[in-house]
Amino acid sequence: MSISPADFQTVAALARRRAAIVLEPGKEYLVEARLTPLARELGLPDLAALVQQVRKETDRGRVSERVVDALTTNETSWFRDRHPFDALADRVVSDLVRSGRPDRTVRIWSAACSTGQEPYSILMSVNDRLAAHPGWRVDMLATDLSETALAQARAGTYRQLEMSRGLPAPMLVRHFERNGAGWQVRPELRQQVTFRSQNLIEPFPPMQPMDVVMLRNVLIYFDADTKRKILAAVRRVLRPGGLLFLGAAETTMNLDASYTREQIGAATAYRAPAASATLAS
Amino acid sequence: MHALIVDDSRAMRAILRRNVAALGYTTDEAGHGEEALAVLRSAEKPIDLMLVDWNMPVMDGLTLIREVRAQEEWRPITIMMVTTESELGQVVRALAAGANEYLMKPFTPEAFVEKLSILGMVPVEAAS
Repeated sequence: MSISPADFQTVAALARRRAAIVLEPGKEYLVEARLTPLARELGLPDLAALVQQVRKETDRGRVSERVVDALTTNETSWFRDRHPFDALADRVVSDLVRSGRPDRTVRIWSAACSTGQEPYSILMSVNDRLAAHPGWRVDMLATDLSETALAQARAGTYRQLEMSRGLPAPMLVRHFERNGAGWQVRPELRQQVTFRSQNLIEPFPPMQPMDVVMLRNVLIYFDADTKRKILAAVRRVLRPGGLLFLGAAETTMNLDASYTREQIGAATAYRAPAASATLAS
Repeated sequence: MHALIVDDSRAMRAILRRNVAALGYTTDEAGHGEEALAVLRSAEKPIDLMLVDWNMPVMDGLTLIREVRAQEEWRPITIMMVTTESELGQVVRALAAGANEYLMKPFTPEAFVEKLSILGMVPVEAAS
């Protein structure tokens, strides 16, 4: 069932206010694909009834929250695009270890972690490398706008079909256990991640300077001005010389000149300015 | 690239054939383990990839994988088990027998490609 222009406008305006997401005409199919199942789940007859509910509520109303969730949550894979995970394990971590930093902690922020595949994939890649360096650990922060996605990420529970998306069988054997008809990340891995709600267009709370920020496949949703603001805010939480990883189709070019593009293996990263000697490459 | 599809279900073989053909593979097929060994012995083209079901008559997939891994000349073949068996212990056994990957049925075409991509078995021209 197709969405009326007025309903599309209502949804687009909500997405813009709450998440700075730009839904231009032509994206009706996306809204329909995401919201029709939600309408059904909420026991509403159709999409029009769902939008009617949204109009009655404030932006933070129960249905509006679910609509924003549905528009911002993406199906995702384990080790998505693979190269950034190889770069972290093969180069970034060893550079940090070599720096001899006294607190022996690698700080990584997965800034649009969705249902958790990214932070868990990072830990699966990096933990093995750090095991060779006693005393070193990863401090992993994972945030997302969607409370629904975060709840699943925290629980670390995945359906069979989600498990098949890019997770190597040896990793499944080592890091997961059966949970009913699905699977669950083993507690030792889950306990390594701090999950927290964060809307990227709102101010970030104080946090330790990050060595690495993963901000992949999320800037694409924003207009140029919002992209600039987010990149600047991320730069402030990165430690000098820290690294930003974006999605394969994203770049800081023409948005933020202070980052330096850098090739790490097959991955592209963006280095924050004032690189200190601790992470010379 | 050439793949050998081993599954006792003709419908499943057709699904797998479509999935690998989309990546540019040519295929041979077998309905159980012994037939697969016969194909391996007589194949005109060297086999790069085997997709192996677990439960089949005559010779099951796990036994087939052990037989293949016991032959020096077949060691380079990449093997992915594709099965409805979904217990952790079964994944462990398949890997121990010599499977390189394990895909549980049902699966989506995306999941199929991602698994082969892990193994470096997606030809570059198909990946782009």
